[in-house]
Amino acid sequence: MKAWFPSLLRLALVVLLVAFVTSPGWFEPLLKPLTENNAPVIYNQGSLLTLTLLHLRIVLIATVAATVVAVALAILVTRPAGAEFLPLSRSLVNIGQTFPPVAVLALAVPAVGFGEKPTLIALFLYGLLPIFENALTGLTTLPANVMEAARGAGMTGWQRLTKVELPLSAPIILGGIRLSVVISLATATIGSTVAAKTLGEVIIAGLLSNNLAFILQGGLIVAALAVLIYDGLSAVERYTARRMGREVE
Amino acid sequence: MIEIEGITKRYDATTVVDDVSMVIEPRTVCVIVGTSGSGKTTLLRMINRLVEPTAGVIKFDGADNSSLPGYELRRSIGYAIQGHGLFPHRTVAQNIATVPVLLGWDKARIKARVDELMTLYQLDPEAFGPRYPHELSGGQQQRVGVARALAAEPNVLLMDEPFGALDPIIRNKAQEDLLAIQKRFGTTIILVTHDMEEAVHMGDKIAVMDAGKLVQYAKPAEILANPASDFVETLVGASERPFRLLSLGRVRDAVENGSAEGEAIPGDASQRDALAELLWSGRPALPVKGADGKPLGRVTVDGLVKRAARPA
Repeated sequence: MKAWFPSLLRLALVVLLVAFVTSPGWFEPLLKPLTENNAPVIYNQGSLLTLTLLHLRIVLIATVAATVVAVALAILVTRPAGAEFLPLSRSLVNIGQTFPPVAVLALAVPAVGFGEKPTLIALFLYGLLPIFENALTGLTTLPANVMEAARGAGMTGWQRLTKVELPLSAPIILGGIRLSVVISLATATIGSTVAAKTLGEVIIAGLLSNNLAFILQGGLIVAALAVLIYDGLSAVERYTARRMGREVE
Repeated sequence: MIEIEGITKRYDATTVVDDVSMVIEPRTVCVIVGTSGSGKTTLLRMINRLVEPTAGVIKFDGADNSSLPGYELRRSIGYAIQGHGLFPHRTVAQNIATVPVLLGWDKARIKARVDELMTLYQLDPEAFGPRYPHELSGGQQQRVGVARALAAEPNVLLMDEPFGALDPIIRNKAQEDLLAIQKRFGTTIILVTHDMEEAVHMGDKIAVMDAGKLVQYAKPAEILANPASDFVETLVGASERPFRLLSLGRVRDAVENGSAEGEAIPGDASQRDALAELLWSGRPALPVKGADGKPLGRVTVDGLVKRAARPA
């Protein structure tokens, strides 16, 4: 396969996605056969574009928060003073992961009400583990002689962290963020069961009214978003790894 | 002058460095040699306080090294390690500039110093400055590592097996370069190695460590002639002793009057090289030339053999 082929494929997917969310009417004939009894073909209780942007926003907020907390936690437990908290923080983050997101939603609704908030909480808890694990791996597998040189040159603990440890673990931390984002993109659809405005709304509407066209358009947009973002973050990761002199595995 | 007084390091019940005292004269090269686990690296790392001693003091020109915060002390002392430890995410120029940046030098001064060191180490600042460490050869990486250690003009340079990862040919060159730079800047160098050959070649004085104790601290010739214990003798290698002794002297110091046939050997070459050349070519004598190419006289097998004998 030619080298330009994957790029072409990506570009086509982006164009298709943008066209679909901005002018879904164009695709009506394609989806028409999936509907029965003259049901609407394109989701008609809100704009797909707005829902897509809201979906992305909720994922972005949850991921940023999860990144800040997970990386901070990983930094804390890899300092000599925080080493004893390593097992504790590991199990806390693991609990976040083993808890099903639906259960988190169910528990969060009585506490914070319906809407975006319970979804944000579920996504945040769900996103913590991959980022934390990767940050921990990154910070604990730094080349020993580089760390020795950093100390020997007279860097303070803070300078070693910001000038050496974080830049060198950046590619691995980015890998964790990538996993977390993809999980969140999918999980965010469930948020619509508690009235969060996400693309899940389209899918749920389709399920309720037995409208395959709705289910498909909601699902495909989420899938396209996930593929494109995964791809983009992988590229950023490879670039950072090269830039940090670490080989990409 | 560096005074090490009764320095001890214990980890729980194990004593790694046991009551070591020694004085290192300024502008000299002191080589700490020993087997692995002898405590030589720990001793070195206590000098810039990467390891805090359990007991004892280390003084630089009379000032206790624990009077400053550790990181400030380390900025004033050069430190080069085996496998160079260059920062992979920083360019060669940024790597060399590490300590000057920490010290807050202004940009022009940093650039001037980086260019000076790179030129000194035969690395073109324009071509190599913007490159990343993984784009360099092993020998070049090692040179950048030493240049980084010397960047902030330290009076003292600590080196932990700096040539350990180099192949023999590059290692010899690196050793010569280091000695030349040591003469030029007058830096006091403390170098740790397990290689007695390197110790004899580089050291003004050699400190032999065994099981945490300093067993002998003397000039190379003295160590070769009068090893303080069986351990030192083993480390020196009885069969290598005469040749190591010869390697300490220059040909010009062994010149006799007279002339000889064949190609001349430079007066700067070591007496060991001269003997090797004599033995290999089967000649009884070699002519010697000075740096300017003028004949100085000759060296003979007999003369060198006498010099290789144990000093009285």
